[in-house]
Amino acid sequence: MLLGLFNDWIVIVLMMIGLYTVIAHGNLIKKLVGLTIFQTSVFIFYISMAKVSGGTAPILADDITKYSNPLPHVLILTAIVVGIATTALGLALVVRIKEAYNTIEEEEIQQQDNQIQTMLTQQTPSKEDNNTGEQS
Amino acid sequence: MIAHLPVLQVIVPLMAAPICLVLKRPQLVWLFSLIVSGIAFFISILLLQQVITSGVISYELGGWQAPWGIEYRIDKLNAFLLLIITAISTLVLFSAQASIEKEIPKDKHTLFYILYLLSLTGMLGIVATGDAFNVFVFLEISSLSAYALIALGKDKRALWASYQYLIMGTIGATFILIGIGLMYQMTGTLNMEDLSQRLPEVAQTRTVFTAFTFVIVGVCLKLALFPLHLWLPNAYAYAPSIVTAFFAATATKVAIYLLIRFTFSIFGLSFSFTAIPLQTLFMALGLLGIVIASTSAIYQTNIKHLFAYSSIAQIGYMIVGFSMTSVTGLTATLLHLFNHALMKSAIFLALAAVMYRLGNVQLSNFHGLGRQMPLTMAAIVVGGLSLIGVPLTVGFVSKWYLLVALIEQGWWFVAALVLLGSLLALVYVWRIVEVAYFKEPTNTSLAVTEAPVVFLIPVWTLVIANIYFGIDTRLSVHVAQAAAMSLFGGAP
Repeated sequence: MLLGLFNDWIVIVLMMIGLYTVIAHGNLIKKLVGLTIFQTSVFIFYISMAKVSGGTAPILADDITKYSNPLPHVLILTAIVVGIATTALGLALVVRIKEAYNTIEEEEIQQQDNQIQTMLTQQTPSKEDNNTGEQS
Repeated sequence: MIAHLPVLQVIVPLMAAPICLVLKRPQLVWLFSLIVSGIAFFISILLLQQVITSGVISYELGGWQAPWGIEYRIDKLNAFLLLIITAISTLVLFSAQASIEKEIPKDKHTLFYILYLLSLTGMLGIVATGDAFNVFVFLEISSLSAYALIALGKDKRALWASYQYLIMGTIGATFILIGIGLMYQMTGTLNMEDLSQRLPEVAQTRTVFTAFTFVIVGVCLKLALFPLHLWLPNAYAYAPSIVTAFFAATATKVAIYLLIRFTFSIFGLSFSFTAIPLQTLFMALGLLGIVIASTSAIYQTNIKHLFAYSSIAQIGYMIVGFSMTSVTGLTATLLHLFNHALMKSAIFLALAAVMYRLGNVQLSNFHGLGRQMPLTMAAIVVGGLSLIGVPLTVGFVSKWYLLVALIEQGWWFVAALVLLGSLLALVYVWRIVEVAYFKEPTNTSLAVTEAPVVFLIPVWTLVIANIYFGIDTRLSVHVAQAAAMSLFGGAP
């Protein structure tokens, strides 16, 4: 029972590690790493779902009668591409955040945001100058 | 040509996006995107006509027969959504050029339109497709371009908002992917129509139950259902104004469509509402969303923030209508979907005009703006009245249907809370009116003049639509009712 579902256990363990990392870590890069692990667990889930024990690759040949289901494998190729795009975009955002905030710690970013917010609300309308929030 | 309309709806903006790169000149790219969006709008009108006259359209992509190939399936619900998305997209694009000139660096203008078109493609694809995995792919196309679009905002907080949205959005999309995988594992099919026939056989298994919960949570993250809404206010507030106008009117609507599609068409009504106490859950979360988000809106000083919170509250109304599982309730949801798209795009486009003139949308700078920008502020007021649900505006129509549906079921307490939501809306809209009309203009606002015509035309088109569909409800109510009825009638 336990061994038969080996892949599923791995999927769940990886999924939880990934989700935990996303939630628990304040470092933006670590969050992205967690997100990637989380996504990878889903890739493994799809791939192991399609495996037929004793089956080979689905190639049309005389002596092959039993083969794995190729469809989930192809599906997950798409999902892998999406995952790469997400990671790349996420990392690009982190670079820009580092340039703008000079930090990649969630807490410090939040602090700076709050500062901007309080500055804006305390401003009297006549002395309005809204450059505080703008990017350099 | 007519036979290929379902795929053209998605393919046209998809193919247009890379062509923008060749055109290079921002003015040209803008014109091109506007034409492409206009064509998409035209296609959606033809599709809706075709669906109304001759029923569901099924299109086999590449000639591969469903359920093996990907099928695009257009019914009344789809066609209605496609019409909303393309109409809003076209109107919003109209003033895009002027607005981004002030908000986005010149060298990024072409990229902006490419992302915009890709995002449009993604939304249209989610709605048009009849294949569960295809939904995931298009969802990610629209989401990835959305993250990039939000990050284009000139405020540095846009970056942080975009990053948060990326994390939440990806978790949501991956949850949907897990759900689809589990469904495939049990049924061996990805076609929605086929799934709806095969799922009942295995409905009692825990795998299907798990699949359902994963999909629901994933979709709810995407539609910003309270308490999964945390990504939304900042993303809307700091994104470029045009992006906000487009997304506020369309992005969450598409997620609501997905929710309806998955619960009603794929899993089926009886399974969806018995597997987990969806009715109680959604009713409670919807109401909490209405009350808490409306209250938060009252305390905002940034007007875009204010209306972003109001959007979350409006999603609450749609979820309350959805949770009733009655034809009237679902009609109210679909109507509000259409009506909310009209009012929010009008309001956010008007705010884009304010942004264009004023450079920011802080409430403290709105002093006397009613005199300086009369047409723009009037548009915001009409949009606000519509949010409150004043008669003769669209907001009244959908609230009316929602209340009728609630009273039909005898849920007076819920009806009272829905009315309380309207009162709260009155408070936050009044705050703007008070500052804009009853305060003396300050030096900053005296320097401001009426918004350019490129803003006024789409804004007022939307405002007039707000009033027109509030008086002549035949089209919107007819389509919403027909769509709701067909959803309850079993097969999509």
